[in-house]
Amino acid sequence: MIKQSFIGLAKPQIEYEVLVAGQPEPQLIQPSEKITLFLEKSPVPNDSILFNVGDKVKTGQKLSYSADTDTYVIASVTGTISSISAFAGDYGKSHTAISVDVDNNEELDDQFAELAANPTLDTARNFLSGMPGNPSFKAFSETAESIHTIIICGVDRDLLITTNQYAVKTHIKAIKNGIGILKQITGVDNILMTVPQHLMQDAIAGNAQVRVVDSEYPATLPHLMMQSLLDQVVPAGKRPEEMGVCFLSAEAVASIGRAFDEGRIPVTKTLTLVDKNGDKSLVSTIIGTPISDILNTYGITLHEKDRLIIGGPMTGSAVYSEDYPVQADTDAIIVQDSENLDLVSDYPCINCGDCVRICPANIPINMLVRFLEAGQYEEAADQYDLYSCIDCGLCSYVCVSKMPVFHYIKLAKYELGRMHAAEAMNA
Amino acid sequence: MLNHNKLIVSHAPFWHNGSSISVRSYHTMIAALPAVLIGIFQYGPRALGVVSLSISLAIIWELAINKVTRRTVSIGDGNAALIGLLFAMLLPATSPWWLVATGTFVAVVIGKHIYGGIGGNPFNPVLIGFAILMVAWRDFFDFNEVLVNYDLGFAMVYPLAAAKHLGTAGIESFSTAGLLLGQQTGGIGSNFGLGLILGGMYLIARGFIRWEISLSFLAGVFITALLFHINNSELYAGPFFHLFTGYTLIGAFFLAPEDSSSPVNFIPMLIFGVGAGIMTVLIRNIGSFVDGVPFAILLMNLVNPICDKIRPKALGKVG
Repeated sequence: MIKQSFIGLAKPQIEYEVLVAGQPEPQLIQPSEKITLFLEKSPVPNDSILFNVGDKVKTGQKLSYSADTDTYVIASVTGTISSISAFAGDYGKSHTAISVDVDNNEELDDQFAELAANPTLDTARNFLSGMPGNPSFKAFSETAESIHTIIICGVDRDLLITTNQYAVKTHIKAIKNGIGILKQITGVDNILMTVPQHLMQDAIAGNAQVRVVDSEYPATLPHLMMQSLLDQVVPAGKRPEEMGVCFLSAEAVASIGRAFDEGRIPVTKTLTLVDKNGDKSLVSTIIGTPISDILNTYGITLHEKDRLIIGGPMTGSAVYSEDYPVQADTDAIIVQDSENLDLVSDYPCINCGDCVRICPANIPINMLVRFLEAGQYEEAADQYDLYSCIDCGLCSYVCVSKMPVFHYIKLAKYELGRMHAAEAMNA
Repeated sequence: MLNHNKLIVSHAPFWHNGSSISVRSYHTMIAALPAVLIGIFQYGPRALGVVSLSISLAIIWELAINKVTRRTVSIGDGNAALIGLLFAMLLPATSPWWLVATGTFVAVVIGKHIYGGIGGNPFNPVLIGFAILMVAWRDFFDFNEVLVNYDLGFAMVYPLAAAKHLGTAGIESFSTAGLLLGQQTGGIGSNFGLGLILGGMYLIARGFIRWEISLSFLAGVFITALLFHINNSELYAGPFFHLFTGYTLIGAFFLAPEDSSSPVNFIPMLIFGVGAGIMTVLIRNIGSFVDGVPFAILLMNLVNPICDKIRPKALGKVG
């Protein structure tokens, strides 16, 4: 954990993790008994879901929710579906959790293999969305022609993570292949690849324009990269996609390259495991593997009141169960001992201004948080720039009162989103 | 899902830089110690008595208000103790116990808790307590009168009173070096300029106060005093005299940068500091009070909310 330096006047330097050269290949961890896949739609009782408990699935098989929706998940192992249940995620996200008992005789599904020889955007959209790195092809269909730039992130979004750096370092051929396919299927020629300084040489082989991104957090967040690389400011509350720029992670592009090259959908996810002492190991595992399998392999035991985090220390999310599976965008698993937790307090803002000075988006957080505490979300959005927030979490990190500032902000955005959706429904 | 440990689930971020209110309060108190210790050394046990009484009463008032309002006990964060210490630093060593009791009551209860407690106070609580006492019992703050029984081996006149009544002729016996070394009468903790400056530099380096406010406050005092001095050097003392006498230094490093009552954006901090500096010298030179620091800072506290609206444009803000 990075603590404040004694000289508090100096701006804290929070550097991204650098991939250590010459590191051994990550250990591949196989799921021991079962895997769990999340389908991004909650099961509705009367819907006829296209798969059932007891169905056999093959590796790479597409499990669609129903014929009318394009929600699907790709089976990452061969086995038998043992349960289908609703699962509530953060901020009202609801999923269908599909558990599959793993069968040791792996069989490959050939539906994608037949289409792989002829890459099209439809094939990518219909089969590749849940691949490692979580590529999203939605931007290309929603806003048909308007995407003009694709930025491939060879940098990682959060601290301690090296997934994308690892992809650039070791899978640059697959990335090159993926870039070629992206150009072909999307028709976008302007493809940039962002890397940290030390991967500059490796990235050149990727056949895209290479740009170096600052090594200090939060320079790799999409909104800030838009500003530093393209000199474009994303208007508050908009996504980069609405400006015609699509972000894909290097791991996702490598997955695209490999999928079309091998005719087989990749299912192995690379992630960083951080144990209670802060020691890091690079791990690769099948999507859907329960975290407990990974912890067991590394001999990490969880005790009462420890914290298990999916994702990086600044923007990840804590989960309540070891059974939670590795997902397509799980870049890190962090285990924190109950003795080393930084918990929030119920102190009010003392107006010290540390958050205001560290905020990359110039938000008057000292004022904003007072409105958010009182639940006055609309005032917060109108007067104090709630929507300018780019979700970096630095405000909570430096808060002297240990207020959950970032939590307040996310909650406010979520609640406002719900309110606006309800208004639109009733209009 | 049986037989599972209960894990702690909370929102990101999962790291914290380790700063806390108590660290801030206690280190501000440590920074104030050199000046306080010299004051106690100069004025003896009575000064020690005032300081101890003030700190303990401030803590007791805080505890009392915690109990009355049924909130969590907050004396552990050190803020009440800090208020007590800073308040004592402004008082003369001969202050009677009831003066300290009333002052700390006003500071902690009216200055801080009436407005919602830490972080909610629009004015510096220490100065609220001090200003009310100064208006109510002005005689107890006439340093020439209350310190008449002390002889510390230097001119026992309050420099600002001398400058006010006699012009520059009255302050010839004060040298800048002497003022810095604490050879002047005044509040217990506000005489030893060097100690206050050292403490202030420590606070700035640790990031506990905002240097912009302190430096612009001193700049405001310096420039205004200089202009007065150039205009009429017989009537108005020079800028260094104003910097190192009265409450200027304690105001610059310990009172003006109080978190809740001062701005956080760059330009407002400069306006706040310079404004308080100018007001200080205006009150000293043409106002009716001998020292203007408490009122100048309180006045700028009033301007702070509007002032802090001057801020950089947020990312992606349209219009």
